[in-house]
Amino acid sequence: MMEWKNTANVVIIGGGIIGVSTAYYLAQNGMKNIVLIEKGTICGGSTGRCGAGIRAQWGTEMNCRLGIAALDIFEQLDQELGMSVGLNQGGYLLVAYSEKELDTLRKGMELQNSLGIKSRQITLREAREICPGLAADDAVGFFFHGRDGHADPFLTTFAYLEAAKRLGVTCHRHTECTGILVDGGAVRGVETDRGIIHAPIVINCAGAYAQLIARMAGIEIPNWAERHEIMITEPVAPGVCPCMLMSFSGNYYIQQRPHGSIICGMSPAGHPEDYENKTTWQFIEEMSKTLIRLLPRTRGIRIARQWSGMYDMTPDAQPIIGETDVKNFYHSTGYSGHGFMLAPVAGKILAQHITGKKPDIDFSMLDYRRFARGEHIRESNVV
Amino acid sequence: MTMEKEHPGSEEIYVCRCEEVTLEEIRTWIDRGYDTVEELKRVLRVGMGPCQGRGCQDILMRELAKKTGKPITEIEPATVRPPAKPIKIGLLAEEDEE
Repeated sequence: MMEWKNTANVVIIGGGIIGVSTAYYLAQNGMKNIVLIEKGTICGGSTGRCGAGIRAQWGTEMNCRLGIAALDIFEQLDQELGMSVGLNQGGYLLVAYSEKELDTLRKGMELQNSLGIKSRQITLREAREICPGLAADDAVGFFFHGRDGHADPFLTTFAYLEAAKRLGVTCHRHTECTGILVDGGAVRGVETDRGIIHAPIVINCAGAYAQLIARMAGIEIPNWAERHEIMITEPVAPGVCPCMLMSFSGNYYIQQRPHGSIICGMSPAGHPEDYENKTTWQFIEEMSKTLIRLLPRTRGIRIARQWSGMYDMTPDAQPIIGETDVKNFYHSTGYSGHGFMLAPVAGKILAQHITGKKPDIDFSMLDYRRFARGEHIRESNVV
Repeated sequence: MTMEKEHPGSEEIYVCRCEEVTLEEIRTWIDRGYDTVEELKRVLRVGMGPCQGRGCQDILMRELAKKTGKPITEIEPATVRPPAKPIKIGLLAEEDEE
């Protein structure tokens, strides 16, 4: 158990990948006396439940910029953090099932290409070379970006955590935020179930719980929890689905991990908006049918486990990053199911901003007030 | 991160056979502060193989109790996840076919 002190320079709420990477980059930018609080255990929420994919094939300019910048960081992260994060770049293979979807994905590709992302449209034959045995005769088009892929969310989070601790970051697990201290329009610290921590800067990285934390300071953010289900097979020999096979209209993503197990998910009907990580038998049945339809030879592979997790959604499926109406009360949340893959760059740019440096990417448009102003453009490339 | 030989003899003892996790690795990560089943599971994949921790979870909990000084009844086990036993995808997909 780390020593409890009731003052800090920065308090970060949330021990998922966003909170942990933000803590690391703040410390790396010279910030001292950083305290991270987590109500459960590190990586116990959405991060540890996610599909582990990382990609730059997005439909909005901001998501593309964040996605490719995150890939740049992922590619040298083992070296930077001194621990393997399990990076495997097998690419993302996007599948279109209608002319309309093909058009949307093609426009996305053009946008991506203009931003230096080398995604391309490929034929069914090429798709089968990338993903052997793919049965997708009903598809009308395929798009591929070879630098996309997979990293291990557990190892990435713990690698950031261990590196942050070496830089002096204090991490309190089993510590729940119960209030935000505000005085004179500025944040003054947090109240927890273990006592108060006074701090001039507080960052809300609570994922799907961020709206509840924001409300403690009188801030309303349009962010909600949406349950998604996922399952994993026993490990099998490589080559079953080396890329992330994904379709937005087909409602699936499937990828074999370097470890051999195949991880796959889809959005449940109705997108239950609750805080319960419940699982349903309907999901494994539906997902199994989808798997056999796309990859018939998976028939004999066994499902080892199913679980669910929460997407912390926003109305445009883009994150909320920046300061709020309460001075020095920052948010880094609303990643809408893509927090893991964007975390390296998200943590970095917010830390640069807070420590008075020019962020690598101007994220001012991710201000939460964009929704009230009606300035948001909805991201289309989401399962 | 290289594992230092902090617990001689335990590097040859496999606690989780599905994911090939040794007692040495478990003790090293507990020393680093990863003192819950959930966190050890995430950092080492202990108990995440096809047997779902049937073989190793008790040993893991006993080790945690020993190292933290807490009674075993206070060590939280990992969340139990369906299915109870691995099931073939083909069987699941066929269940309600006409």
